[in-house]
Amino acid sequence: MLAMLIRRLIQSIVVMLVVAFIAFSLFQFVGDPINNMVGQEASAQERAELRERLGLNDPIPIQFMRFVGNAAQGNFGISYRMARPVSAVIAERLPATLELAMISAFFALSMGIGLGVYTALKRSGVLSNFIMTVSLIGVSLPTFLIGILLIYIFAVELRWLPSFGRGQVVRISDWWTTGLLTPSGRASLILPAITLGLFQLTLIMRLVRAEMLEVLRTDYIKFARARGLAQRSIHFHHALKNTLLPVITITGLQLGTIIAFAIITETVFQWPGVGLLFINAIRFVDVPMMSAYLVLIALVFVVINLIVDVLYFVVDPRLRATKH
Amino acid sequence: MTITLRAVVSGVAATALALSTAVSAETLRWANVGDSLTFDPHAQNHGQTHTISHQVYDSLIYSDHTGAQTAGLATDWYILDDDPEVWEFQLREGVTFHEGQSLTADDVVFSFERALQPNSDMRPLINTIVEIWAEDDYTVRMRTDGPNPLLANNLTNLFIMSREWAEANNVTEVQDYSGGEENYAVRNANGTGPYRLVSREADVRTEMELFEDFWGMDQYPLEVSRIVFTPIQSGSTRAAAILSGEIDFLQDPPVQDVNRLQAANDIVVRNAPQNRSIFFGMDQGRSELRTSNIQGENPFADRRVRQAMDLAIDRNAIQRIVMRGQSAPAGMIAPSFVNGYEEELDRVTGTNTARARELMAEAGYEDGFSVTMTCTNDRYIEDEGICQAVTGMLGQIGVQVNLNARPNSIHFAELQNGELDFYLLGWGVPTLDSHYVFDFLLETKTDNSGAWNFTGWSNEEFDALSRQLPTETDLERRNELIAQAWRIAQEEVVYLPIHHQVLNWAMRSDVVMDVHPEDQPMIKYLTFE
Repeated sequence: MLAMLIRRLIQSIVVMLVVAFIAFSLFQFVGDPINNMVGQEASAQERAELRERLGLNDPIPIQFMRFVGNAAQGNFGISYRMARPVSAVIAERLPATLELAMISAFFALSMGIGLGVYTALKRSGVLSNFIMTVSLIGVSLPTFLIGILLIYIFAVELRWLPSFGRGQVVRISDWWTTGLLTPSGRASLILPAITLGLFQLTLIMRLVRAEMLEVLRTDYIKFARARGLAQRSIHFHHALKNTLLPVITITGLQLGTIIAFAIITETVFQWPGVGLLFINAIRFVDVPMMSAYLVLIALVFVVINLIVDVLYFVVDPRLRATKH
Repeated sequence: MTITLRAVVSGVAATALALSTAVSAETLRWANVGDSLTFDPHAQNHGQTHTISHQVYDSLIYSDHTGAQTAGLATDWYILDDDPEVWEFQLREGVTFHEGQSLTADDVVFSFERALQPNSDMRPLINTIVEIWAEDDYTVRMRTDGPNPLLANNLTNLFIMSREWAEANNVTEVQDYSGGEENYAVRNANGTGPYRLVSREADVRTEMELFEDFWGMDQYPLEVSRIVFTPIQSGSTRAAAILSGEIDFLQDPPVQDVNRLQAANDIVVRNAPQNRSIFFGMDQGRSELRTSNIQGENPFADRRVRQAMDLAIDRNAIQRIVMRGQSAPAGMIAPSFVNGYEEELDRVTGTNTARARELMAEAGYEDGFSVTMTCTNDRYIEDEGICQAVTGMLGQIGVQVNLNARPNSIHFAELQNGELDFYLLGWGVPTLDSHYVFDFLLETKTDNSGAWNFTGWSNEEFDALSRQLPTETDLERRNELIAQAWRIAQEEVVYLPIHHQVLNWAMRSDVVMDVHPEDQPMIKYLTFE
């Protein structure tokens, strides 16, 4: 167990170093930050001075060592665009993204499982067919288009829900703000959460449906029926429980995806999270911010994978047995 | 107990609601694609940053929506009769900062000295000032390094801070990008302007409220009591936000949505020519282009080729189709309110493909040539579309253009390294005087001039004319020089002007505000119908 854990940790560190190198190489290859930091009229000499002060003239290995050392301490330098420490800005924005990701994961999971079970049980029902057809939209339409469509219907035409922003937020502690406690905050969450979660919803629904159809054909379900158990008990106790294992795995991994790919949803809804921060950083070639975001997202994936690996190990006795 | 408490709470809530509706009648919810970069008034010479700062800080002089210089903190300004190198500014009396300090000449001296520090992005605008001092509490004098009749033009975005406040909060130095922590002035402000900064969350929300002791309380309408500014990146979301009534004023509606917004009942779109002209530059100084199939000679160096290209571009078609009518086709790189503008020079060259082909043949390029055109795709209105259109038009006279459109961060880096053969650029004239265009775009490129002249064009006669301008105090004579200089540049077809951008502001139909040519809404002028 310990050896496996250490091995996984070392792998994770290697992955993080590779990502760190990619993030670092942004400093070398993407645009010229100096241009964005000084006005159009700055002279060549002023540019050169700034370059020197930012350490952009040092040899590349030295710059990389400095970068990794600082990154390990959570110090990604000063944002070129906002002139504030990158870590502080990200910490400020993270709650918005995490809240949105959690809500949309919850939405995707609950709706996905519910609809998946329904469509599996009423395989040929009119409503089931309708749901299956509509769910194609979820997988085939790009996120930004879904977002714009929702805005058009619910904000512009019906005027029920806000089209942008996070509404009124409440500061719970120094490092967490939430929109869940105010009506406008909750209303603002609905459209982005649906937009972000629609793809996962479809995925989970189709997965649950397929697994459910599979399980319903197995012998023990037939036995359960033969025993004369109530339909409800068979469906939810015996069948659903056994379909959930792959769903949980997928959901865990998808959570990382939701956080990482909130970029598009956040842009469409002007959601003040880290994804929007990243887009702004790209437009401005705010390299410290871009590299910090890359490292952060890599960290999210690595940590989730690590947890999933450990969970497998705990849950599945066969993995432990092979070592002995 | 619980019941009473609940009653009290709901009572408070009801009052709060009543109050908020009373106030919200005067709240202006304002959106734009980009945010202010900082509240430190001298750290960035950047349009939207100045726009937001104008609500909070005052400058000595500002330009109003007609482009006219208007009294801000200075009530009068002139060059001393006996010394043409000294400007004198009479300051407004009885002006207080948001935190209670009184404005004196010392604050102005302090602010200018701060703006002249090495970290200041405003320094190039005022680096002709060699000395600045207070004559008395309400008189400031500045000495320039030679007669500088246009100094006042450069001061419209130069904001005045309080020395006392700056010293108390340790912000006497301009914000330094490389210098560790941000300074206090980045997210806090203490100006003399009509609105006080209440809260600031970069990229998310900036709130300002009316400053009750503002010096101009009886000079401006000041009907807005609270401003909530939100940057919204996505164009369609911005349009949706104003269509759904969530914002009152949209500073930059997307071009493709302007007609739709105009058609909406409760929205008006006002427009005005913007202080920005779009044009193409060609590297004519090199002996050979980097991206052309022609070796050993530079087709752009031949004036007939440049003329042919000028004749091939149908500017009216670009205006009609690419810009959906939202531009003013141009013949010169200066909009109408700039000193030195001439309608005759700005008249668009008629498209004449046959004549253009003849010129190409005369120049020896009847078979045409190829070249790479480099454009931005995120900087100017429909920039990529303009380039695509021009690519097609030039194809008709045999100039095969390979279009390379990319983000402005890359474009400007390469442009400034002088690596581009054929490029798109937009230029505004904040000083409202042609010399700004000459100085940056047309004078021969040296360390002190032609900073943005990447064409390699160099003309002694032009340089001589342009270099007399900063010190020529006889305005009539000066305008004569400007006219001569323009004629040389126009005849040589140094650049291919396309159009002047048109500014559209969309607002709730009961909001009345004139469009400012530099895209600087001043909310103090806004009224409700």
